Amino acid sequence: MAIFTRAPKAEPILGQNRAVAMVLGVLTWIIGLLFFFPLFWLVVNGFKEESVASSSPTLNFDPTLDRFSEVTEDSGGLLSFTEAFGNSFWIVLISTVLVMVLAIPAAYALAIRPMRKWRDILFFFISTKFLPIVGIIMPIWIIARDLDLLGTRTVLVVLYTAMNLPLAVWMLRSFFAEVPKELIEASQIDGCSLLGQIRQVILPIVAPGVAATALLCVIFAWNEFFFAIQLNPTGASTIPVWVNSQQKFQGQFLAGLSAASVLATLPVVLAGWVAQKRMIRGLAMGAIK
Amino acid sequence: MSAVVVDQSKNGGTPTSDDLARAAAIKRMERREGWKRRLPVLPALIYTILVTQIPFLFTLFYSLTDWRIDKVEPRQFIGVENYASLSGDKFFRDAAWISVQMTVMAVLLSLIVGTGLAILLDRKFFGQGFIRTLLITPFLVMPVVAGLMWKLQMFNSTFGIIGWVMNGLGFDSIEFATKYPLASVVVVLVWQWSPFMMLIVLAGLQGQDQSVLEAARVDGASSWGTFRQITLPQLRPFLELGTLLGAIYLIQVYDHIEVIVGGQPGAKNLPFYIAQRSIGGGNVFGLASAYSIVVVIASIIIANIGLRVLSNLLEDNS
Repeated sequence: MAIFTRAPKAEPILGQNRAVAMVLGVLTWIIGLLFFFPLFWLVVNGFKEESVASSSPTLNFDPTLDRFSEVTEDSGGLLSFTEAFGNSFWIVLISTVLVMVLAIPAAYALAIRPMRKWRDILFFFISTKFLPIVGIIMPIWIIARDLDLLGTRTVLVVLYTAMNLPLAVWMLRSFFAEVPKELIEASQIDGCSLLGQIRQVILPIVAPGVAATALLCVIFAWNEFFFAIQLNPTGASTIPVWVNSQQKFQGQFLAGLSAASVLATLPVVLAGWVAQKRMIRGLAMGAIK
Repeated sequence: MSAVVVDQSKNGGTPTSDDLARAAAIKRMERREGWKRRLPVLPALIYTILVTQIPFLFTLFYSLTDWRIDKVEPRQFIGVENYASLSGDKFFRDAAWISVQMTVMAVLLSLIVGTGLAILLDRKFFGQGFIRTLLITPFLVMPVVAGLMWKLQMFNSTFGIIGWVMNGLGFDSIEFATKYPLASVVVVLVWQWSPFMMLIVLAGLQGQDQSVLEAARVDGASSWGTFRQITLPQLRPFLELGTLLGAIYLIQVYDHIEVIVGGQPGAKNLPFYIAQRSIGGGNVFGLASAYSIVVVIASIIIANIGLRVLSNLLEDNS
């Protein structure tokens, strides 16, 4: 069910009067722009001189790219932008691939060839999301320390995989459940092997859903800060830790921090814009369907 | 199972030993088939149990000890002493109360704002897709960035936007984040989570049964009446889903607190306090584990209510 692309809308909730529609349209624009304003201002501040950013807000300034080059330069500190970006890239990539490798077979089994008590299994997965991370952070810290994994990328890969796995199973199941049973039966009658069936019948249908789920995993892993700062605050850490380290304890730093924030946020925001419709559909339908 | 039934009816209902052997063979096959069906789930299941459930058991064990990681003394089993001390622990009570306030306010407010935004977006107007994209963006922003951004360029009294606007209106600007730490954190949480709620409610609005709405219109129902009596009941599962998912994430908020108020009092919720008391330098692992277990139990109670709601949804639809 393509909920966002449903063509003609029969009836908006609020009145049909043209003047009312006009006012509501303008109101929506104003609210939308207000919501986005803090981000707009973040970008603006990123192009300022430090002294301009740290005084009364103004739009009257000469834009400069200096802050962007400054924050990306190797500062000689504990964690440079290039290091953090590289770490984030690999941690996010590997953990997302792992999530998919584990979640796709599980979702397939739960949706297409459901076993007994499949609901219990699905609920077990989602219920692990209810376990507050603080409930397990101490043993994880100790186990990581004893295995010499504190301050490594590996520990974050392991944890981000566990963090995203329930959500991925949950979302993917709903996408797999949309594959028409008749198609699968037809392919079986045609003597399709299981692998052929998956490759030729199921994957083409679920591919967009798989992509959307993977993207959501990427977003959550890219933005994760708690594990990164607790288990891995040093040279092998990620972009959120790097952004946080751009706060200086003396002098002016707002413009530099803004530039750093823009760099840190941009990849995920762009990805989210591209996949907005499918992502939320997967989340919503995961529960409703 | 059906295969067994057919076999029996062929022989007039009295199963011979041959049939019984056959039935057993089929059962074995079914069991093997069952395992074959379960097999693809196992890797994900085992991974999840290993990484989330086993450490939880460790926490449970630690919570019954007097373990401090900064002392060399071996840890001693002290039973429920840690739990007994909780009721007299003012800091724990404060953190628990902050947790409740923060989660309830953030979930409710973002649900209300999100629903409002969804209703506004659920109509045709110029630039609809563009505005939706703008409205979604806060949810995609890294929590650390969202927190820093609001703290420095919005709340700050000298170069923050809010102070600037207040000055323009003739008020004195104040250091918002220091004076109202809890409200500051909630504002940022609502800014980030309203878009999420909006998307879920929007999915509900656009998935409505159009023929029912059409029928209501033909019958001359007002748009408010239609909304209250038809749309709202249809939205219920989506509102419940939004509340549940929002609560799961918002009860665990850490990043925003860390960057907006840091170690200052006034907005430390339980996750923040627990981290501070254990690996954050407090080092009282035994006691902090007891805190964690209390949080987990509270979450399980909330989650059970939530899961029951979800379970009803699945039942209704299958």
